[in-house]
Amino acid sequence: MSAVGYAAVVGQIVVVGAGAPLLTGWMRQVRARLEGRAGAGVLQPWRDARKLLRKEPITPVGTGPAFRVAPALLVATTVVTAGLVPLLSTDTPVSTHADLIVVVALIALGTLALALAGLDSGTAFGGMGASREMTVAALVEPTILLSVFALSIPSGTTNLPAIVDGAVDEPARLASPAGLLATAALAVAVLAETGRIPVDNPSTHLELTMIHEAMVLEYAGPDLALVELGSQMRLTLLLGLLSSLFVPWGIATDVSWAALAVALVLFAAKVAVLGAVLAAAEVFCAKVRLFRVPELLAGSFLLALLAVTASYFLSGAS
Amino acid sequence: MSVIPAALATATAVGGAGAAAGLVLPQRPRVPVVGVLTAGVGVAGGAAGVAALGGDRWADTLPGVLPLAGTYLAVDALAGLFMAVAGAVVAAVAVYGIGYAGGHGPHGLGSRTAQAVLPLFALTLVLVPVAASVSTFLVLWELMALASLLLVLAEHRERASVRQAGVWYAVMTHLGLVLLLIGLAVFAAEAGGETFAALRAGAHAVSPTVRGLVFVLIAAGFTSKAGAVPLHAWLPRAHPEAPSPVSALMSAAMVNLGIYGLVRTGLDLLGGGPAWWWLGLMTIGGASAVHGILQAAMASDLKRLLAYSTSENMGLVLIGVGASGLFAAYDDRPLAALALAAALLHVVNHAAFKALLFCAAGSVLRATGLRDLDRLGGLRAPMPATAGLFALAALGAVALPPGNGFISEWLLLQSLIHGLQVPGVAVAVVLPLSVALIALSAGIAAAVFVKALGVGFFARPRSRQASAAKESPPLMLAGMGLLAAACGALALVPGLLGDGLDRAVAATGLPGSGAVSGGGLNVRLADISASLSPLWLVAALTAALMLAAGLPRLYRRRRRRANARLWDCGGGPPTPRMAYTATSFAEPLQRVFDDILAPEQDVNVTPVRESTYLVERVRFQRRVPDRIEHRLYEPVLRALAGTGQAARRLAGGSVHLYLGYGFVGLVVLLLALAVGW
Repeated sequence: MSAVGYAAVVGQIVVVGAGAPLLTGWMRQVRARLEGRAGAGVLQPWRDARKLLRKEPITPVGTGPAFRVAPALLVATTVVTAGLVPLLSTDTPVSTHADLIVVVALIALGTLALALAGLDSGTAFGGMGASREMTVAALVEPTILLSVFALSIPSGTTNLPAIVDGAVDEPARLASPAGLLATAALAVAVLAETGRIPVDNPSTHLELTMIHEAMVLEYAGPDLALVELGSQMRLTLLLGLLSSLFVPWGIATDVSWAALAVALVLFAAKVAVLGAVLAAAEVFCAKVRLFRVPELLAGSFLLALLAVTASYFLSGAS
Repeated sequence: MSVIPAALATATAVGGAGAAAGLVLPQRPRVPVVGVLTAGVGVAGGAAGVAALGGDRWADTLPGVLPLAGTYLAVDALAGLFMAVAGAVVAAVAVYGIGYAGGHGPHGLGSRTAQAVLPLFALTLVLVPVAASVSTFLVLWELMALASLLLVLAEHRERASVRQAGVWYAVMTHLGLVLLLIGLAVFAAEAGGETFAALRAGAHAVSPTVRGLVFVLIAAGFTSKAGAVPLHAWLPRAHPEAPSPVSALMSAAMVNLGIYGLVRTGLDLLGGGPAWWWLGLMTIGGASAVHGILQAAMASDLKRLLAYSTSENMGLVLIGVGASGLFAAYDDRPLAALALAAALLHVVNHAAFKALLFCAAGSVLRATGLRDLDRLGGLRAPMPATAGLFALAALGAVALPPGNGFISEWLLLQSLIHGLQVPGVAVAVVLPLSVALIALSAGIAAAVFVKALGVGFFARPRSRQASAAKESPPLMLAGMGLLAAACGALALVPGLLGDGLDRAVAATGLPGSGAVSGGGLNVRLADISASLSPLWLVAALTAALMLAAGLPRLYRRRRRRANARLWDCGGGPPTPRMAYTATSFAEPLQRVFDDILAPEQDVNVTPVRESTYLVERVRFQRRVPDRIEHRLYEPVLRALAGTGQAARRLAGGSVHLYLGYGFVGLVVLLLALAVGW
């Protein structure tokens, strides 16, 4: 059993790590085609990463240890999270540790590390990015935890594999009003956490509107490769988390190599579809002004609150 | 022979000796001797607390000490928890204080008065939970308040603002005392005895209305001490103006006693109560958490920021205590025990990281003379140890793994999330809102401490003082090291506290939750399938960090890092003045919460005399006032001043009039006696 379980954990980490650049390339390609461009190809982020990794490491004058450690810490939090979240299998050796609140907190830890690095550079852009990123992160937090709350009500625990197992056994939970509201709320939160349109524009080159890109403006070479890999992995991971929570079919709930292989294929398909939908939606949307973002997040918070109360009043607990 | 009486007697004797030494010793040996004796008070008090947490109990009566009432003392595990926390904080901060006061000369914390009062304050911090009757409790409580007031005023020669803070603190702490006095006196009168044993026995015979009144009065008094809204106004004034070791003692040990009093009277002596008590308490807690952290986000004074963060954390603890009472009111006792355990664990965690944060802020203040984050910066190079310790404590404060604050917030969230099993519409509305408020305050706390660490310690120095900073002396670092070790232990092996925490919860009559018991490495909840193992998480993060750091090595041999200039848009090297300051960092949050914070801004444009179109000078000013203070306190203060002015007319200066007042007063008194009694 344990061999399959460990293979599942390693598989999740590898598929998120290696698949993340591909997902980004895929989303850029979808977007390019919809905009009538040829696009650079799905493999372009991989080529970029390889080029950056071969360059000489650069330390900008005036930066300190926080600036140097942050990229590795960002990747590390994502790797641990990728091991914990049941992307391929709910029956892994680490499934007892896979608490949803821990997962959320680990993702926040990565955000915090990058924000500190942005301030550490001592430039106006670094500080500006850090300030905006932390503001958005602070406002996303209530939505995420309330969605966690709503999701944990039917299965009575915040343990992620248990939640996913419960949803596989009882698909009606997903179509309940609470489930749908929580999905919508969490989807907006994921957009904000990964810095996608309408909260942030990942391909912007205009400093004054940047959030994430302003924060990491000083990075170059291998450090930049890690930062990019970290953000790509986060996007993959969070899309994967969404798919595990709301389209859980195909995730291996028992230990067998065949189930794991099926789960791997289905995971790739689900994330690719989600990515394509996101990329297509981004073609038709514009980034909102920074100070309109709170309104968007307040809306998602309201959805999450409704999800909790709906699951309470409709589940017949009264 | 029990350890507790011996340890308490030692603490009292050492505290007395410390006070005497502070009074009589000359300047040079005064600080080290008093420091060592104060640390002794902490160690002895902490030992008594640990013994009580280990299951030891002790009670005694000293009839001769307080005339008329007598002194009743008792120690159980709940008292032991707060004694252990206070003792540990006192011991570490006393070591730090030797280094801190040593450099200050004959004034400030090193002065005769301050050094004589410091051991007494330490002693009262340890002894307040020992009191087992209303009069003993109130006497010790007031001694603690007076001692801390004298210490807050220690630096009054250096800054005029200290005196103002002292007045605020004196007035508010006595307002709290009056509320407690009335509440406890009514309770004692109705229950038929003033010892805690008599109160506990008589509480059920008291009518619900009186119980409610008693709870409201007591809760107002104790939450004021804990720095919860709306009676928090003293805290952001007194904590920043006190010398830093005193701020650490007040923020990490004294405010806890407000929580102690609330748990002791609300859950233990009154034996719980109807749901509205606890819903009220949770409202106060939620409001304090969000208000405190928002004000902290706006503050650019480092110590004021930390003081407001104390208000936030006490708010979280109050949510836990309120949830515990609420679940107990609906008779879900295991869940009530879990919520209380979470609240108490958060008290312990908060004490560890907040004492360390205030000490590190004190080191910065000592090295640069600055508290203003906008003028600090770049301290990680000259003060690497202090910066590292501040970062460690800040990790605890932001409630993210692997910090210690995360474990208690996780427990608190778990207890709230599972609280929906409890029936009742009020519960179904309040619990999700509480979770949201905790999440919002945790999110803003992350921004606050990124600001404090990133602007204060990282980047480049923004002033001459900050660039001339030097690392603190070894004794200060040693004191902070002790606190850092406590933070680390609480973060990695919370199970060490396990059985003691259970006994403390059980002392209020709830069943032990077993949340962190067994001395194990995991936090596992008995009735709920949820577990957290901090050590595993740290190991996984470390392994992943090494993996990530090793990734670039796959592609190239190890090469030296090259230095390069920062990107300057071609405009020449950026100066420190271009870096983001604390104020600018907080600006987006301030805009988002504009309606709540109501900032005041003022633009003064002075034109050149000849032309209105040429500007000579523009002055921009922005303040973010504490709005609760603005709306609640100022009208009351104005009304009081108005009444005072009006009352002056009664004193016309005529002796006949005054004699007349005396006569009328006597007649009214006699009439009242004749008619009423």
